[in-house]
Amino acid sequence: MEYVIEMLHITKEFPGIIANDDITLQLKKGEIHALLGENGAGKSTLMSVLFGLYQPEKGTIRKDGVEVKIKDPNDANGLGIGMVHQHFKLVHNFTVLQNIILGVETTKNGFLKMDEARKKVMELSNRYGLMVDPDAYISDITVGMQQRVEILKMLYRNNEILIFDEPTAVLTPQEIEELMKIMKELASEGKSILFITHKLNEIKEVADRCTVLRKGKYIDTIDVSETSKEAMSEMMVGRKVDLQIEKAEISVGAPVLEVKDLVVASKQGSKKAVNHVSFKVSKGEIVCVAGIDGNGQSELVYALTGLSSIEGGQILLNGEDITRVSVRHRNKAGMSHIPEDRHKDGLVLDYSLQDNLILKKYFTPGFQKNGFLRFREAEAYADKLIEKFDIRSGKGRETETRSMSGGNQQKAIVAREIDLNPEILIAVQPTRGLDVGAIEYIHKQLVTQRDEGKAVLLISLELDEVMNISDRILVMYEGEIVADLDPKEVSVQELGLYMAGSKRGEAR
Amino acid sequence: MKQLQSILEKDSFSRTISSIFSILIGLLFGFIILLVSNPTQAVDGFLIILKGGFSTHAKGIGQVLYFATPLILTGLSVGFAFKTGLFNIGAPGQFIMGAFTAVYIGVKWTFLPAPWHWIVALLGATIVGGLWALIPGILKAYLNVHEVIATIMMNYIGMYLANFLVKSYIYDSKKALSMNVADTAVLPKAGLDKIFYNTMGTTKDLSTVNCGIFIAIIIAIIIYIILNKTTFGYELKACGFSQDASKYAGINDKRNLVTSMVISGMLAGLGGGLLYLSGGNGRRIKVVDVLAIEGFNGIPVALLALSNPIGTIFSAIFISYITQGGHYLQTLNFVPEVIDIIIACIIYFSAFSLFFKDYIFRFIKNRVQSMEEKKQERLEDGGEE
Ligand SMILES: Nc1ncnc2c1ncn2[C@@H]1O[C@H](COP(=O)(O)OP(=O)(O)OP(=O)(O)O)[C@@H](O)[C@H]1O
Ligand SMILES: [Mg+2]
Repeated sequence: MEYVIEMLHITKEFPGIIANDDITLQLKKGEIHALLGENGAGKSTLMSVLFGLYQPEKGTIRKDGVEVKIKDPNDANGLGIGMVHQHFKLVHNFTVLQNIILGVETTKNGFLKMDEARKKVMELSNRYGLMVDPDAYISDITVGMQQRVEILKMLYRNNEILIFDEPTAVLTPQEIEELMKIMKELASEGKSILFITHKLNEIKEVADRCTVLRKGKYIDTIDVSETSKEAMSEMMVGRKVDLQIEKAEISVGAPVLEVKDLVVASKQGSKKAVNHVSFKVSKGEIVCVAGIDGNGQSELVYALTGLSSIEGGQILLNGEDITRVSVRHRNKAGMSHIPEDRHKDGLVLDYSLQDNLILKKYFTPGFQKNGFLRFREAEAYADKLIEKFDIRSGKGRETETRSMSGGNQQKAIVAREIDLNPEILIAVQPTRGLDVGAIEYIHKQLVTQRDEGKAVLLISLELDEVMNISDRILVMYEGEIVADLDPKEVSVQELGLYMAGSKRGEAR
Repeated sequence: MKQLQSILEKDSFSRTISSIFSILIGLLFGFIILLVSNPTQAVDGFLIILKGGFSTHAKGIGQVLYFATPLILTGLSVGFAFKTGLFNIGAPGQFIMGAFTAVYIGVKWTFLPAPWHWIVALLGATIVGGLWALIPGILKAYLNVHEVIATIMMNYIGMYLANFLVKSYIYDSKKALSMNVADTAVLPKAGLDKIFYNTMGTTKDLSTVNCGIFIAIIIAIIIYIILNKTTFGYELKACGFSQDASKYAGINDKRNLVTSMVISGMLAGLGGGLLYLSGGNGRRIKVVDVLAIEGFNGIPVALLALSNPIGTIFSAIFISYITQGGHYLQTLNFVPEVIDIIIACIIYFSAFSLFFKDYIFRFIKNRVQSMEEKKQERLEDGGEE
């Protein structure tokens, strides 16, 4: 048998939308098979069908040529299918080890045999270079490590077919390198991998074949080595995509955001998460904070936006001291914020799309009168944003946000924040999880903001993005700003050195 | 069939259906308990429960509404808190403190003229109920004390304090109950006395029901409007669903939490006032070391209504109805304790089976679908012949 897994003519419907429409996907043994498609094309849905989370209306699944029924994840596990979800599913107040063995605990006389499990986990972890601390609590570890836990979970269960749903969206470039290596190694051992990503570089680097979906329909399966990136993105979006951004000459105005000597305490240890940081962002410029994840960028943003308290320093917005004012006050003064964690901060997942789109506006005169919500205005506004930012979902503005695809959730947040037309937009990884078409659009929006004389503070781990759209780069290392660079004068390699802390520049 | 399916897709419909299904499961379970405890009379007993308030005609129905009144309020109290992400287990304490306040004002403040007397008494009950919830609210918001622990604590403080206060100020030692409130403090009948009575010879045997039931229904509608139509409700629900996202949106989550807890307490307190300001044949406060059952029953009422304020009206009436039915079981030699167990089983099983509502609902949907498929097949078969 040539194929380990065959999904034949799969159709899966949700209220208002056919997420998968007659899709066929065949996975060879030992191959890395990429799945490419726009946000909401149905990739996660298709994988969830294979993992037994959804039952398809039509179609069959074959394992080694034999038809199988996968009614729930236990069935999938029994067939050797494992999945790392787009949004991880770990128990936060359990340790790494407890999470890995959860559900497949081996016991003796009713007691857990933890020692054996620990030995096996450590073996696997060493063999694949998946470094984890088995006794750390999930809530205390980075997303990168959480992902390694998810991978170990699959390996611990001896899964042979591994599904990775956008594993790289949450990783730093270094972690992505590592993950690619691990995936190749797993494939060379005969494991078969299904890999969802929006980054064509990654597909080029590791995948053998690639299946392209568009709006729930199957487009084609191609040989990666024989197809160019441009061709792939055109297949997926249905038009040519241009990621090079046209930018007008920069014309910097008065400072909008001024940060003076900001200090934020660290959650663990006595070191400061943000250590005496000062910088300015002026009208008409996009300033990017670059750095390796965990060097204080998140804490910096939380402090600027008023979500966490600070130890010292001053923050000015258009000359007004906003160091101690409420979040609402900052918003009204013209600050908007695309947060790092879309599920935790950015969305009320149980609210409808419409209610999420008015999350920062519901109290303004246009949307309420005497304390009563004006639904008609809210509906019209939601429809406008959905149309403008191409937010795709099953039931339009009434869709429960939780059911939307990851990328479309992100688009909803970006739409809301940009449409506030802020004086300063603080955007943390604004294009995380978006397809190339959407990235192009969001980048254009950011540049438009800048050209209209607004200020943008961009926090990104993505070097391409940093080099492409910023006017100025601040490099953050161990809580300090170690360099203030001009993207036109610095090479990617040099930037990397600054980020790694092996080079320091003069802060301008 | 297609129509049926499209109705099934509707959210509100699926909720109603799952509530009704849960009730059926609860009833089934009650029947099993009846069978176990008294096999020979199980069927008769079950019929009596089903007949509920109807067993004693118009007056019985009146009584169902009378006892549903406080349940609507405590159900709203629990449901409102729940919608905003809080577990208010403190309804019994808030309820009894409200009850005491209402009766105290009803007995002592006789200087107030007719409508004002009962209105002030109700307002007093509402305010004190709110204050009783303010403490757990503040503890939760500013010291991160879990509201379940704090409200349970406040329940016992409330119970003992109310006992002490009743004994000290408004005790009728001959009956070992709280005193009768002044006539001016009794809630008006609002015409309900013309409907809910039985005639015994020449005298009318009146039900206790009064305008309290209207007040309860109006409050339910107001709560529905607050939750669904106002910016205030929008904020409260956002806090309930996700505190982090609310904070991010600039909503003052701490203030909202306290406000929400206080409103919840006010509802329970008002419930206490409505039950006890009911004149000569109405309830009076007993001095016993038991937490107010009306308070606890707010939990299943809210669960069964899926915290929907309008649904709460119906689920409270259902639970009151079943409870009344239970009282009449005594005619069949069931021991009162067993009756309590049976009724409690029906109530709580109904509420808890809702946790499986998704399963129940999927089951119904699959049924409809397979029925449709069969019909389709039959049609196709017919076509071939
Ligand atoms: N549980 C659900 N209920 C209703 N609709 C859903 C559900 N899950 C997915 N959908 C809808 O199905 C469509 C496909 O979603 P899916 O998550 O598969 O997209 P995706 O290709 O993974 O996109 P992304 O790149 O943004 O993650 C979307 O329009 C989404 O709104
Ligand atoms: Mg997805």
